[in-house]
Amino acid sequence: MDLGRRGLLGAFAVTTLGSSLPTLSKAQAANTIRIALLCDFSGTYRDVTGPTELACIKQAAAEFANRGFNIEVIYGDNQNRADVGSNLSRQWIDQGVDVIVDGGASSVALAANEIVREKNKVFLNTSSATSDLTGSKCSPNTVHWTYDTYMLAKSTGGALVKAGGDTWFFVTADYAFGHALERDTGDFVKAAGGRILGATRHPFPSSDFSSFLVQAQSSRAKVIGFANAGGDTINCIKQAAEFGITRRGTKLAALLMFLTDVHALGLQTAQGLVCTETFYWDLNERTRAFTNRVKAQTNNGLLCMNHAGGYAAVLHYLKTVADMGVARAKANGVETVNRMKAMPCDDDCFGPGTIRQDGRKLHPAYLLEVKKPEESKHQYDYYKVLGVTPPGEAFRPLAEGGCAFVRA
Amino acid sequence: MLDLIEAYLGVPAPLLFGQLLLGLINGAFYAMLSLGLAVIFGLLNIINFTHGAQFMMGAFAAWMLLAMGTNNDAGLGIGYLLMFPLFWLVDAMTLKYQVSRQMRALAFGVVLLLFLPGLMVSLPGIGPLASVIATTLDLPTRIAAVLAWVFPNGLGYWAALPLCALLVGVNGVVLERVFISRLYKLDHLYGLLLTLGLGLIIEGIYRNKFGSSGLPYRIPAELQGAWDLGFMFMPIYRGWVVVAALIFCLATWLIIEKTRLGAYLRAATERAELVQAFGINVPRMITLTYGAGVALAAVAGVLAAPIYSVNPQMGSNLIIVVFAVVVIGGMGSILGSIVTGFGLGIVEGLTKVYYPEASATVIFVIMAIVLLARPAGLFGRA
Repeated sequence: MDLGRRGLLGAFAVTTLGSSLPTLSKAQAANTIRIALLCDFSGTYRDVTGPTELACIKQAAAEFANRGFNIEVIYGDNQNRADVGSNLSRQWIDQGVDVIVDGGASSVALAANEIVREKNKVFLNTSSATSDLTGSKCSPNTVHWTYDTYMLAKSTGGALVKAGGDTWFFVTADYAFGHALERDTGDFVKAAGGRILGATRHPFPSSDFSSFLVQAQSSRAKVIGFANAGGDTINCIKQAAEFGITRRGTKLAALLMFLTDVHALGLQTAQGLVCTETFYWDLNERTRAFTNRVKAQTNNGLLCMNHAGGYAAVLHYLKTVADMGVARAKANGVETVNRMKAMPCDDDCFGPGTIRQDGRKLHPAYLLEVKKPEESKHQYDYYKVLGVTPPGEAFRPLAEGGCAFVRA
Repeated sequence: MLDLIEAYLGVPAPLLFGQLLLGLINGAFYAMLSLGLAVIFGLLNIINFTHGAQFMMGAFAAWMLLAMGTNNDAGLGIGYLLMFPLFWLVDAMTLKYQVSRQMRALAFGVVLLLFLPGLMVSLPGIGPLASVIATTLDLPTRIAAVLAWVFPNGLGYWAALPLCALLVGVNGVVLERVFISRLYKLDHLYGLLLTLGLGLIIEGIYRNKFGSSGLPYRIPAELQGAWDLGFMFMPIYRGWVVVAALIFCLATWLIIEKTRLGAYLRAATERAELVQAFGINVPRMITLTYGAGVALAAVAGVLAAPIYSVNPQMGSNLIIVVFAVVVIGGMGSILGSIVTGFGLGIVEGLTKVYYPEASATVIFVIMAIVLLARPAGLFGRA
């Protein structure tokens, strides 16, 4: 027993450290594609990215194994902080990572975007919202996969304006993502003849929104737009119900909401809310098949569009790598992304699609309504599809984005 | 009159009144949490950074009690919440009846055996047969099954208030006995590091098990609906939160300042040896004080469950602000933490009207100013 606590702890630390840093020989390294997932593993966005997205990426890697090259998947927690995200990205690329997947919160993604461009690697963004990634901040090394603020604004915002909601008040998360979502939605409302009565910016993350909700209510706007995500949106909706805002006829627009959020709210509170996702597990045979394949590897089998985006983006990237050869893919990020754009996409989650010149992945967007509790028949049966926007119309037109290298 | 107010303050009067009221409600949470912290610091000299996690545990325990009839994880959660108290009970019993070392080890071994199988199921690579055996033997699984059978509809809000305080409070007692009590003679910093670490571990465990996006918890039927105050729509539940917080704050203050027990407690913080010489069991009193502080956090968690998203981060979002409240009020001052709790809630509410971007920082600005002018805090004794 006289090994001592200190000795035991030391031994434990050495073994875990040793096993977490796999060292590859030179020959192995040249034939290995290293994928690094950068997203939130500990905060409010953990459930919409995090371990479940990691499982989806590993699924893509597993489905693409034995094609003559090795695939290694690593991951790191960005803590929703841009400085942490940039440090991690830089460190990973210096250690031989070829592609960074996701990025997470928009502020982190914009930072990682610059670093990947500077180092000429590949950035597959799968959960960040800001449409600036294919607009003013666009990069030839980046593919923006799942959704963006313009698409959400057009689909959810457009639908609500059409239904008569012509005066808006925004409750906005005070950072890059919230600002972009508020701006893009506001543009749509104004273009459709509506008016913006005001906006209030809350610190990210917050827990009490009652002050902001009462301000929104006293503006007498017909629609309160929540330009935030995750726990913030959940708290907003929960507290809006508490303050009787919906019962007085005011509409709530959860501009970015995921299936995980609906689950957290419960159908009783969330019923009737309208939101937009580009993937829902119960859309068709292919999405159900994908969900069944990946379910067992996740904690609870609750998949949202970001998780599907991680799978589909990595799968398309690996197809491109197999097509162009590992050595060339590793050498030049811009060329790899150009090849990805030239090649049509097809996967179980999003169906057939393309990647546009500015890096925007095009696929359909689904306008969804949360079911009533009595309409939900089985586990995670939460949405009914109200409408589909085709790929060509769902996203911002190429010419309007202001992407520098597209004009050149 | 109302127009006059509006002209002077730049915002419509109804909006302002509404914000003052909402600030008071948030202040109620600050007051309840900082009260627990102040009690613990005042009597134990420990800066309890686990407080946020214990607040979160209170809210989760309320959800577990409600959902244990239908959700297996909820029942399991209750099972594991009972794990540490059971160890402690065995410890206390074996000490009381002075059993031999071998018997003591055996008793611990038996309890450990009852809990280990369930933990082993989550290990990778465990076979299906071993998994079945483990689940059958596992005590938390048994507890979950019994609870689901006895309470198919779970236990609601009113039962949750006392039960969660008890469950989480007893876990706090064990924490104090096993870890914190070893640090009383050391610098504050050690206690701070230990409790912060424990808080992070607890939060991590909950995040791994229940995810980060939270769980639904509804307002109890009796408190649904709202009053129309003319200038504002006031949910009945929020009114109840303020009343409940005031009751708990007042009761705690009375117990500590006006009863014999409170006198013992205060005496023990000044001169522990002397109080002990009068035949009072000081270590036990300190342990129970810590448990009571934790129970207060748990009650605040239950109060918060219907209005905030019940998620593992809910405590850490709040706790930093609450610490600022304690510092401003004066470390260890009971009255100070209550008054500053409510007061800062109102200040924060007003900031949300005039300059919402600063609402997360305003409390820290005040803290800096107070520390410069009165380093012991507004109500603290230097």
